[in-house]
Amino acid sequence: MNFLSYLINGISLGSVYAIIALGYTMVYGIAKMLNFAHGDVIMIGCYVTFLAMSGQGIHPLAAVIISIVVCTLLGIAVEKIAYKPLRRATPLAVLITAIGVSYFLQNAALLLFGADTKSFSSVVTLPALKLADGALTISGTTIVTIAACIVIMVALMLFIKKTKAGQAMLAVSEDKDAAQLMGVNVNATISLTFAIGSGLAAIAGVLFCSAYPTLTPYTGSMPGIKAFTAAVFGGIGSIPGALIGGILLGIIEILGRAYISSQLSDAIVFAVLIVVLLVKPTGILGKQIHEKV
Amino acid sequence: MKKALSVVVTAAMMTTLMAGCGDSNGDAQSAPAADGAAAGTESAAASDAGAASDAGAADGTTFKIGGIGPTTGDAAIYGTAVMNAAQIAVDEINAAGGINGYQVEFKFEDDQSDAEKSVNAYNSLKDWGMQMLMGTVTTTPCVAVADMTAADGMFQLTPSASSTDVIVNDNVFQACFTDPNQGTASAQYIAENGLATKVAVIYDSSSVYSSGIEATFVEEAANQGIEIVAEEAFTADSKTDFSTQLQKAQSAGAELVFLPIYYTEASIILTQADGMGYEPTFFGVDGMDGILGVENFNTELAEGVMLLTPFAADADDEATQAFVSKYQELYGDVPNQFAADAYDAIYIIKAAAEQAGVTPDMSAADLGAALSGAMTSISVDGLTGEGMTWQATGEVSKAPKAVVIKDGAYAAM
Repeated sequence: MNFLSYLINGISLGSVYAIIALGYTMVYGIAKMLNFAHGDVIMIGCYVTFLAMSGQGIHPLAAVIISIVVCTLLGIAVEKIAYKPLRRATPLAVLITAIGVSYFLQNAALLLFGADTKSFSSVVTLPALKLADGALTISGTTIVTIAACIVIMVALMLFIKKTKAGQAMLAVSEDKDAAQLMGVNVNATISLTFAIGSGLAAIAGVLFCSAYPTLTPYTGSMPGIKAFTAAVFGGIGSIPGALIGGILLGIIEILGRAYISSQLSDAIVFAVLIVVLLVKPTGILGKQIHEKV
Repeated sequence: MKKALSVVVTAAMMTTLMAGCGDSNGDAQSAPAADGAAAGTESAAASDAGAASDAGAADGTTFKIGGIGPTTGDAAIYGTAVMNAAQIAVDEINAAGGINGYQVEFKFEDDQSDAEKSVNAYNSLKDWGMQMLMGTVTTTPCVAVADMTAADGMFQLTPSASSTDVIVNDNVFQACFTDPNQGTASAQYIAENGLATKVAVIYDSSSVYSSGIEATFVEEAANQGIEIVAEEAFTADSKTDFSTQLQKAQSAGAELVFLPIYYTEASIILTQADGMGYEPTFFGVDGMDGILGVENFNTELAEGVMLLTPFAADADDEATQAFVSKYQELYGDVPNQFAADAYDAIYIIKAAAEQAGVTPDMSAADLGAALSGAMTSISVDGLTGEGMTWQATGEVSKAPKAVVIKDGAYAAM
């Protein structure tokens, strides 16, 4: 029963990683760049939700929607201001810019919201689920997190397969220049990718802070790094890869902490990553999947 | 056009970064002080050790006591409490005629509980002319600063940094318990009051403070017949998810969870335990103090949490009552244990200075030697203990008190 409980916690944590990893993997697939500011967009999303909920007394669901809108706009703005002028620059210049944006967002948050820790109240009011006479308790947040992850994945896959904009994303990820010749608006497609990725970051942030309820300007950095690892683990550029990578990472982290050592859980996660990359340098789903978005 | 835009944006970014830095240095630093610090750096470069005493001797009419601690960041509640309470004590002393007839100046710098920022704060206080240091508030920065004060011979009294690593040098003293003391006292308290026989510990293995208390707690628990059923760690990089540690404690049948950690993580643990329906007794040490002040934290979750601390704000002795009402009047908040420690620390410095009969025209190093010598022969009655005395090692001896959180406030037991 304990094992089941650990497993569910792992899947829950992994679901958050998977949603964040989507942002990394989509942007990488389309723009071929690593958006290291992604973790900090999560943090901004959390602050917006927090302020809307506790400051203005807005209903949690409405607060989440406001946060998604703000993050989407922020994602588009960051892309337009910081990354678009560097479209033809070397990948390294773009990478450094992304790190710069990350620091900018952290310090802006430090200035705007202060460094004090805020306690984030969960947006999920669902009661905990008790199974097997209370031996197994699954919190409402866990259920919502896992459900949200599944819904987002399915919706995203459908979006890419069934809509014109989704097909345009696929085309840009395969060959930017050819897509442009076929009449795809590459710039608009890249902006759309950032918008979707950042909107998802807002959802991931709210779920993360609901489960682990503290909020500081550095809240986004560690989950950001872990989710990036998850994206690489699953095969960067692949959407199902992000899902698999995220959930595996969450499960390994929790089980490692439970059965091997609570101190070494991060070390175990990264050791597994190294082994996977040694055996399969492109990540778990790096090669089989041809549609890279 | 595009280029112009990117220049503007870059400029905006730089401004924000700078502003961020400025903010983190705390509000204590006004523009003239910053100029003075810049000028002082040159002389400090010329004669590193002499800078402090030169500046101090330059006026020689007041004692200059510096303070360092986090007034922003994770542990901001501690630093702010120390800064406020020390100021109260300094004002009282000045109103009553000062130390040995000389007035006292007090200046507090922010270190965000970060070792590097703390050393910078120490250097800028030295440039200001500090002669004695009341700080730092948290352990890790204190270890770093203690090395600097030892090299300068500066007298240092920390109100709250509780590790034994802090007091390895002869010039450093503590106003609070040492970590071994806290761990041992907690285990004894739990056993003597029959709170639990099966205990789980969740601690931060990347913090000297937390792992120090944990080690002595586990050692003493064995002597007291307490069974440690789970001993779970976390690190600074993974301090958001405690579900696994709590799960292990729960399935091992722990009736009490001992949390020798700071309140930020403790607030997450309480929230997550509530989410999974686990309701043991939680028992903390002085780092738990402040949990009721976390913004938006549901204080109902902290109901029944016990902590071992030398100070309870609702104690009915006259000195405590006077201090609490003055603090509330000035800062609109009930003072915590850190405030009381800092208030005592200033009076301890006063007692030592009077015992040694020092004057402000002495150099910081001479003052340091005189005060360190006097520390072992004084006995101070303060808010955090009656008849506090010190050993040459720097350790204080006083008795701890247990406090329980009841109706959203700390109550003496």
